[in-house]
Amino acid sequence: MNTYNISVFTENNIGILNRITIIFTRRHVNIHSITASECEEDGIYRYTIVIKNSEEQVIKIVNQIEKLVDVIKAFYYEDKDVVYQELALYKLPYETFKNQKINILLKRNDARIISIDEKFVTLEKTGNPEEIFELFQILKPLGVFEYVKSGRVAISKPMKTLKEFLT
Amino acid sequence: MNKITGSKAVIKSLLKEKVDTIFGYPGGAIMPIYDSLYGYKNEINHVLVRHEQGAIHAAQGYARSGNKCGVVFATSGPGATNLITGLADAMIDSTPVVCITGQVHSSLLGTDAFQETDVIGISMPVTKWNIQITNAKDIPFAIAKAFYIANSGRPGPVLIDITKDAQFDEIEFSYSYCNRIRSYKPTPKMDYSLIKNASEIINIASKPLLLIGQGIILSQAEGELLKFVNKSGIPVASTLLGLGSFPNKHPNYVGYLGMHGNYAPNIMTNECDVLIAIGMRFDDRVTGNTAQYAKQAKVIHVDIDKSELNKIIPAEVAIHADAKKALSELIKLTNTQNHSNWIGKFKILEKQEYQQVIKNSIMPESGMIKMAEVINFLSKKNDKNTVIITDVGQHQMITSRYYKYNHSKSNITSGGLGTMGFALPAAIGAKLAAQKKNVIAIIGDGGFQMNIQELGTIMQSKVDVKVIILNNNFLGMVRQWQEMFFDKRYSFTDIQNPNFIKIAEGYGIKGKTIKSRDDLNNGIETMLKSKGSFILEVICEHEENVFPMVKTGSSVSEIILK
Repeated sequence: MNTYNISVFTENNIGILNRITIIFTRRHVNIHSITASECEEDGIYRYTIVIKNSEEQVIKIVNQIEKLVDVIKAFYYEDKDVVYQELALYKLPYETFKNQKINILLKRNDARIISIDEKFVTLEKTGNPEEIFELFQILKPLGVFEYVKSGRVAISKPMKTLKEFLT
Repeated sequence: MNKITGSKAVIKSLLKEKVDTIFGYPGGAIMPIYDSLYGYKNEINHVLVRHEQGAIHAAQGYARSGNKCGVVFATSGPGATNLITGLADAMIDSTPVVCITGQVHSSLLGTDAFQETDVIGISMPVTKWNIQITNAKDIPFAIAKAFYIANSGRPGPVLIDITKDAQFDEIEFSYSYCNRIRSYKPTPKMDYSLIKNASEIINIASKPLLLIGQGIILSQAEGELLKFVNKSGIPVASTLLGLGSFPNKHPNYVGYLGMHGNYAPNIMTNECDVLIAIGMRFDDRVTGNTAQYAKQAKVIHVDIDKSELNKIIPAEVAIHADAKKALSELIKLTNTQNHSNWIGKFKILEKQEYQQVIKNSIMPESGMIKMAEVINFLSKKNDKNTVIITDVGQHQMITSRYYKYNHSKSNITSGGLGTMGFALPAAIGAKLAAQKKNVIAIIGDGGFQMNIQELGTIMQSKVDVKVIILNNNFLGMVRQWQEMFFDKRYSFTDIQNPNFIKIAEGYGIKGKTIKSRDDLNNGIETMLKSKGSFILEVICEHEENVFPMVKTGSSVSEIILK
């Protein structure tokens, strides 16, 4: 079992997310994280799907994803072949903001304040899941109201371009 | 330009796709389309079925006996959900079918309106593609796209769900065919170097074996296959759906593969040095235990669907290509050879199977009629104008074993899904696509009752299909497994049957029941000569087992003869 990053490029049609996830469901594979957004090509959506599985299974899954009519191309990568980040938001009591040490803590953890409201402040951090969780552990004693983390977004290191598959 | 309604645009689009036959059942949400269809009675033959499942199986039979995509109309809700089994069947057996379902008004979507169901969601895993149309202007292109997708690459079923308002709204109609979708590459670019690699392996092979599947029929590669075999001298074995694509009478034909297939090709799969698989997907009913499947052989696999390559059996050379194209190139690079010594080894095993299984199955000396006798007898009357439709179960395996298929598209059955109830409606469709052919459906007593209502369709549309019910008063295949693997505990497999002939009579269909061996000849003759549809019920031995058999978990070479 290894972590694999699957990048799927699709047309922007209703239902495509469902069609992709069905392939994982059918094979009883759990999706660790999934994100989707428009990519550098107009109108093309990029999904980043993280799963833990054997390479043999991942190849079969990727082939079945690629078979979908609305999928342009699908790739899979090991962690070492991608640059990836996740983003987390932490909602903390307003008083935290008045704490002198907060700035040092933010700096040390590469986090920042993105909003200050009457009753709470919101911190943001991007990084790998371990760093994000570590900051959560540090903030916990200050009273975290809410903590939320995004799925992974990843860019591949190999210099393949999507354009060659668009002809 | 004159405006027309969305529903009329549906019909006009279908006419552009040269549709002349539709299988369907009207209902509330598809009424506007049916209203438009009323005006095109001369151009389109609408076959009113008795259940939507019947409609889609008929469309499958239509697509598989002819050369055209099957088309189905159904209403929303239960009409649409009744299509699901047929969609799954068409998906796994690569059959081109376009289904058009009515849907509630777009403002009611997601509100649990009367006869609303999320057919897009439900049908997603069992369609090659589907789309919901809420705007009339999108109808023509959706239909063009649907036909293109259903027919191209590895064919499959598609579904278009059209809301009632989109059927009523008016548009200016224009139609352009779809022949390209950016994200969809149905025609693989064949890697010629792989063909070269494959031919080098084939040319030095001393014990090659060729496995063929429905891909040969779908890519119309029967001619190329014959040329390739005649040149290379390689023995040929067929999957269930491949039957008919290569003539059984050819000296290189060595039999039918899989769980209830022939003895020789199963054993020799684990003896050959090169296994060439074309247009087949190594179904588990073909491979048995994959851990002990052809481990000694170099595997060359050709398929148009890339996801089938290396999915079940790893290939030394995996060629992503259309079967016809790959075979045409392989012919050029393959040496002329003669493998008669190797084929001789198959013939020895064939004799063994004949002595231990076949002889007593087709020529029993006493007891009740055996299924194989009936099929063997029918097979002797085989001509190129006969299409055999089978349902699912023992009779299906017996037919596949004992009918000598010599012509492409002469075998239509539910393979991958194993859908009981498939044959009767599929026979209706098969006949309508090939009016000059004699369509004979062979069905068990269980399966016949799963879509028995389609006798009504046969009656109303005056479809000339012959039906042989092989009646053993059991759900025979399950009973056989209960006998072999569940200590003969016949849990709910003894089925009480109605008087089939009286039922047929109720539908105005002639019929006859045969109980004695002496009447078999006469019975089959009567059926074949009768004008119009006919049902021949043959009372068969109650507890007959199908052999040989590759037991679940066994290797193909562990196939047992009794």
